[in-house]
Amino acid sequence: MNSQSNDLLDQPHPSADHLDLLEAEALFILREVTAECRHPVMLYSGGKDSAVLLHLAYKAFHPERIGLALLHIDTGHNYDEVIAYRDRMAERYDCQLHVRNVEDSIRKGSVRLRHPLESRNSHQSVTLMEAIAEFGFDACLGGARRDEEKARAKERIVSVRDEFGQWEPKNQRPELWSLYNTRVAPGNHVRVFPISNWTELDVWQYIQREDIELPELYFSHLRDIVRRGDILVPVTHLTPANQGETVETISCRFRTVGDISCTAPVASTAITVADIIAETTQCLLTERGATRLDDRASDGAMEQRKKEGYF
Amino acid sequence: MNPLVHQALHTETIELAQNQCLSGLLRFITAGSVDDGKSTLIGRLLYDTGNVAADQLASIQATSQKRGLAAIDWSLLTDGLIAEREQGITIDVAYRYFSTARRKFIIGDAPGHEQYTRNMVTAASSADLAILLVDARKGVITQTRRHAYLAHLLGIRELVLAVNKMDLVDWQPSIYRSIVDEFNAFVSQLGRHHVQAIPLSALNGTNVATHAEAIPWYDGPSLLEHLESIPSRRDADQTPMRLPVQRVVRVMMGNGANGATEKEFRGYQGTLASGHLHVGDEVEVMPSGQRARVTGLNIAEQALQKASADRSVVVSLDREIDISRGDMLSDPIQLPRVTKGITADVCWLSEQPLQTHGKYLIKHTTRSVNALFDDLIYRVDVNTLAHEAAPESAVMNDILRVKLKLQQPLFVDNYSDNRTTGSFIVIDPVSFHTVAAGVII
Ligand SMILES: Nc1nc2c(ncn2[C@@H]2O[C@H](COP(=O)(O)OP(=O)(O)OP(=O)(O)O)[C@@H](O)[C@H]2O)c(=O)[nH]1
Ligand SMILES: [Mg+2]
Repeated sequence: MNSQSNDLLDQPHPSADHLDLLEAEALFILREVTAECRHPVMLYSGGKDSAVLLHLAYKAFHPERIGLALLHIDTGHNYDEVIAYRDRMAERYDCQLHVRNVEDSIRKGSVRLRHPLESRNSHQSVTLMEAIAEFGFDACLGGARRDEEKARAKERIVSVRDEFGQWEPKNQRPELWSLYNTRVAPGNHVRVFPISNWTELDVWQYIQREDIELPELYFSHLRDIVRRGDILVPVTHLTPANQGETVETISCRFRTVGDISCTAPVASTAITVADIIAETTQCLLTERGATRLDDRASDGAMEQRKKEGYF
Repeated sequence: MNPLVHQALHTETIELAQNQCLSGLLRFITAGSVDDGKSTLIGRLLYDTGNVAADQLASIQATSQKRGLAAIDWSLLTDGLIAEREQGITIDVAYRYFSTARRKFIIGDAPGHEQYTRNMVTAASSADLAILLVDARKGVITQTRRHAYLAHLLGIRELVLAVNKMDLVDWQPSIYRSIVDEFNAFVSQLGRHHVQAIPLSALNGTNVATHAEAIPWYDGPSLLEHLESIPSRRDADQTPMRLPVQRVVRVMMGNGANGATEKEFRGYQGTLASGHLHVGDEVEVMPSGQRARVTGLNIAEQALQKASADRSVVVSLDREIDISRGDMLSDPIQLPRVTKGITADVCWLSEQPLQTHGKYLIKHTTRSVNALFDDLIYRVDVNTLAHEAAPESAVMNDILRVKLKLQQPLFVDNYSDNRTTGSFIVIDPVSFHTVAAGVII
């Protein structure tokens, strides 16, 4: 065999190489945080980014079991299927799961709703801060990605939050090379985003490569929706059809799964991960632009929420 | 661009990128003074390569219109913070990911304002290439030199000199040439670089993603052509093996059932900073100096025969050695220096000046040690590159050569040989802020 073809055989598949590097970076970050922080926790919602992060944690710790507890802030407005999936995964990966409910913060009075059906998505921050204080967490790992949203594109991998959970975007710590500074004053904590540099496509390709189980909502299914502008609003007890709207049953899937009141599906016939990858490469809309009812309110909606302690 | 053409381009681009990504990932940053057009250039590059989603385009179109602008303000694509949009400047680096038919890219769009130099430095530390923008009307100014110097300090050897806003000087070649000459004269004092100069208009997209036929006097590449064609750096593969230990794992393997005995598994987790590691290789453990052979390399259940730079693995060894976090596995022939004193070039990033008698914390690889600034040798004037001897202290954005005394030894290489084992950050032990970054020489 001549040397040229030999070289070609030695070359890893380029996109496999890309996923390998993203994986290696995430494992490094997960290990740094668990080595340096006293009491880290992983925020776990049952969405695809959480699923990838949990799988990465498994690989980061192996052959030890995952040395992190999971924390879910439950708005009470989640799909039953996602809750069942969450519990199943916590058991499969042998992780302790803490659930804290926005409902309890409402009862206590720390969350006050303007009307009973209001989206509880942004109120999660209050319950999250209460949980952080209750357990004394000094690091919260999450699956947020920079390509999701323009304010997130600005955030450090290790991001400092004060006692109020506030992010100060104008005064972030320098973060050079892979030298992460996880130290904070008492009362403060860090949010850590090991998959910051992953795109939506990277996430799906990794899910395919690693055969990661997801809630069925991510795959095409039949669902009742109403059309509001270019958004498909799922018809649920929290988001009923308004008078005069036509309810249609269509084939669709979710690109992000979160609080029922603020995530919308997209029309899709993708039934496998490979189908989703194909759709993702063709898609003209961003993940949140197509599906989030909460970011559309204003240009700075995400940044505003993040300043208040949101992920 | 016609939206349909745009859509077709987008689809084609990503399909190609998936199937035949040719030359590996390239990480690059923009740099240069405030308002020179860095964010506009990135916005334009993303749009012209079909990497702007329809909803993003609609959103920046609406914002531009609301502000009464005649054309789209492309900087809105990366200037994602409310304060940035209000002030029309970049404050912190925005990371964007995009691909073309030939390559994947990670962009860091850095701020030009001097006050936010620490954010530019953050972006530069992981970049392979820097696009230095110059406003054709203003020419090379102090901030251009500062950023060129910082890019050099952080090991970036591929530079693009983007002479921007050429539309505002009627594409006069003499203006372009005098800027190129001045810049080259400055950069050649720093050391060896590869500089590609390109005249362009970020606003109009001339010479950004497509060739400018209209400029007969320029026959070089467009920005995109150049970015696609330069080889990616894999220096870390060529340098001696270093693996800083992050965590030690100990578990009992086997369950004692069926007469099998339980055995303790001990492994060392870490990311290969450089070089290659094979099963069977001998390694030296720093600082103990003991040697052992690699018996296993794992990523979870997957057993590897060989791991290369940047992979995160679990290493097992053929004998029990006392190893903990912060120790390093090294190539036994080409060892790093073990030292309690380092000479380094440091960029001071904090608003709090350097306390010459204060104790600081140095984080180097996975090891953190106490340190004192033993000697401030000189400060660099970024304009003239002159050395001002023995400064009293350092304030934000100062670049200085220093000697540091360490309480515990570090295992170091020169930054020019190894970006990971040659770099460190300085942490204030009271505020816990990252106050400086340094490269070892
Ligand atoms: N005429 C003309 N104007 C340009 C060109 N490129 C940028 N501009 C304008 O220059 C101004 C500053 O552009 P930005 O892209 O925000 O500059 P920047 O370098 O990112 O600035 P900072 O990030 O704050 O340092 C904007 O008003 C742009 O429209 C160009 O090629 N021609
Ligand atoms: Mg800018």
